[in-house]
Amino acid sequence: MGRFIVRRLIAMVAVLFAISIVTFAIFNVIPNSDPALRLAGRNQTPEQLDAIRRAWGFDKPIYVQYGKTMEKIFTGDLISYANQVDVDREIIQDVPRTFSLAIGAAIMWMAFAVAIGLYTAVKAGQFSDRFLTVLALIGISMPVFWVGALMNYYLGFKWKIFPNGGYVPLTQNPLDWAYHLILPWTALSLLFIGVYSRVLRSNVLDTINDDYVRTARAKGLSERQIMLRHVLRNSLIPIVTLWGLDFAAVLGGGAILTESVFDLQGVGQYAAESVGQLDIPPVMAIVMFAAFFVVLLNTVVDIIYAALDPRIRLT
Amino acid sequence: MRSEPILEVRDLAVAFATDDGVVQAVDGVSFDLHAGEVLAVVGESGCGKSVTAMTLLGLTRSSNARFSGTARYGDTELISASEEQMRRVRGAEIAMIFQDAMAALNPVMRIGRQIAEQIQAHEDVSDAEARDRAVVLLERVGIPRARERIDSYPHEFSGGMRQRVMIALGLSCDPKILIADEPTTALDVTIQAQILEHFRELREQTNAALIIVTHDLGVVADIADRVAVMYAGRIVEQGTLDEIFYDPRHPYTWGLLGSIARVDKPRPARLPTIAGLPPSLSDRPAGCHLRPRCPHEFADCVKVPPLEVRGAGVGHADRCWLAPERKVALREVEPGEIGLRPKSPAVTTKAPA
Repeated sequence: MGRFIVRRLIAMVAVLFAISIVTFAIFNVIPNSDPALRLAGRNQTPEQLDAIRRAWGFDKPIYVQYGKTMEKIFTGDLISYANQVDVDREIIQDVPRTFSLAIGAAIMWMAFAVAIGLYTAVKAGQFSDRFLTVLALIGISMPVFWVGALMNYYLGFKWKIFPNGGYVPLTQNPLDWAYHLILPWTALSLLFIGVYSRVLRSNVLDTINDDYVRTARAKGLSERQIMLRHVLRNSLIPIVTLWGLDFAAVLGGGAILTESVFDLQGVGQYAAESVGQLDIPPVMAIVMFAAFFVVLLNTVVDIIYAALDPRIRLT
Repeated sequence: MRSEPILEVRDLAVAFATDDGVVQAVDGVSFDLHAGEVLAVVGESGCGKSVTAMTLLGLTRSSNARFSGTARYGDTELISASEEQMRRVRGAEIAMIFQDAMAALNPVMRIGRQIAEQIQAHEDVSDAEARDRAVVLLERVGIPRARERIDSYPHEFSGGMRQRVMIALGLSCDPKILIADEPTTALDVTIQAQILEHFRELREQTNAALIIVTHDLGVVADIADRVAVMYAGRIVEQGTLDEIFYDPRHPYTWGLLGSIARVDKPRPARLPTIAGLPPSLSDRPAGCHLRPRCPHEFADCVKVPPLEVRGAGVGHADRCWLAPERKVALREVEPGEIGLRPKSPAVTTKAPA
C-alpha cells in the first residue's frame, strides 16, 4: 500500500509535468496568442510592445518563460495577462463553488443511477424498464446548455420556484446554499444518471446469471438479499471507476457549461473565460489544478477498487 | 419393508422455450429417494441431469421454462410451490452443492459470511452465533485452522478447499436432502476420494439423503446405493448399484459401462465409445431416443418404451423393448465384457443415388 502510493505520487508528478508542457506549447503556437498585444491595450506602438515584452519576460526563450510561469503557479505570484488579477487567489475564490457543484451532483447522479439501474434491471423487458430506458436516453441526449437554460427560464425566471442562478456560500446559509444549487446539480446530473443507469443495468443483468447468484438463491436468501448483497455489490465495482473519473473532471472545473449557464463563477467558468481571452497564466494554473484532481481521484478509485474486490492487489 | 420415501418425483418434465424452438430438457423423470440413501444420477453432458437437480430446488424457474409433473417433499409439492415456500426449503431442507466452487462462491464476500448468511436466512441467530457455527462446519469438512480461515475470500483457497467450503455451505442447516451437482469433477482423484469420504461420514452422522449428479462412473461405484441413468432427458434405467453394474438392461447403460477405461485389461488403441452423438433436445427422435445410435434397434423402438420393471428385481426398471433374455446375450461384446457394439452402417437406410 505504501509502495503503491509512492509510485502513484511519482507518476502524478510526471503526468502534471507532461500536461503543463503540452498546454504551454499549445498556447504559444496558436495564432494571435502574443500576450504583449493584450497587455498593451488598443493604441499600442511598437516601442510600447517591446517595453512590455522586456518587462514581462516575453523576450526570453520559451523554456525560460515556461519555467517562470510554473514557478509562479506554485509560489502564488501568477498574474493574469488579461486583467492583472492574481490567478491563484481567483482560483481559491472559485473552488468552493465548483466543489459544491461537483460533490452535490456526484452524490445525486450516483444515487439516482443506482436506483434506476437496479430497478430497470429487475424489471428488464417490462414497460417500466422501457419507459425509464427512453428517459435515460433523453437525459443522455439533452445538452446541458439547453436543459440548463430551460430550467433557468421556467423554474427560475418565469415561475420563480428556484433562484435564477447565483451562489450562496455553505457557511453563510446551508439551506440557501442547497436551494441555489438544486438546478445546477440536476442539470449536470441528468447526463450522468442516463449513462450510469444504463451501464449499471447491463452489469446487473450480467451478474444475475453468475453462478454465485444461483448459489445465493439455493441458500434460501430472499430476493431482496440476493439483489443487494450479491448482485448489486458485484455490479457496482465497474461503476466506481467511471464515477471517480467523472467526479474528478467536475471537481477540476470540467462542468464548464453548467457553471456558465447558472453563473456559478466556479473554476470551470474561469477556465472558459481565460481560454476565450487566450490568457495563458490562468489556463495553465487551472489545467494543473484539474489534472491534479484527475490523477488523485484515479489513485483513490484504485484504492476503493481494491477494497471492493479482494482479488485485486495494489502494486 | 422400506420406509416412506422423503422425496417422490413423478413424471417430471422441464421444457425451455428458446430461439431455436422448445428444448425438452427433462421428460418424464420419476424416482423415489429414502432417508440415508445415496442416489446417483448419471449420464453424459446435456442429458438433463443437472436440470432435474436444479428444478427440485426451483432454480430453473424462469419466464421461458415450462414444468409438469410433481416432486413431493413432505407436505410440499416442489414444482408448484410458491417462491416463499421454496425459499424456506432451499438450503434448510434441501441443499445444493454446485460443481465449480470458484464460480459458485461470491468472490467478494468472506466465506464465513457466506455460510453465516445461509444460517441466518433460516434461523433467528445472532451474527456471532452464526459465525461460530460456520467455524464448526468448516472444521467438520476438514478445513484446518478454520477459525482463521473463516475470514478468507474464496480465491485464497485451493480448489479442494473451496469445494469443502461449498459442502460446509450445503450442510449448514442440516438438510434432509443434499443435492451435489458434479461435486468432484474439477478435483484431482486424491481430493475427490476425500470429498466422497466426507459424504459417507455425513450420511452416517445425519441420515441425510444424497443425490449425486455425475458422469463419473468411478464416483458412482464408490458411493451410490441406487443409480438412475439418464439419456436425452429421460431416465433410461434405474436400479441398485449392483443391478446397474452387473445386470444392466438398457443398451445405453451397456455403452456407458463399456466405455470405462480398464486397468485390468491390455490398453486398447482407443477407448470404446458409443458411436454417434446424443440427439438435440429440441429435435429428439420419436420413440426410444437411443434408436439412431443403437445396433439392436427393431420395429418396436419407434414407440416410447415406458420406464418399468422388465425382469427380475423389484426396483430395477428400464426403458428398452428388447426381451430380458435377449439383453443378456446382446450386452456381452466379448465373454464377460459388457458393451455396446457400433451400429453397422448397413442399417442406416439411404436411398441409392
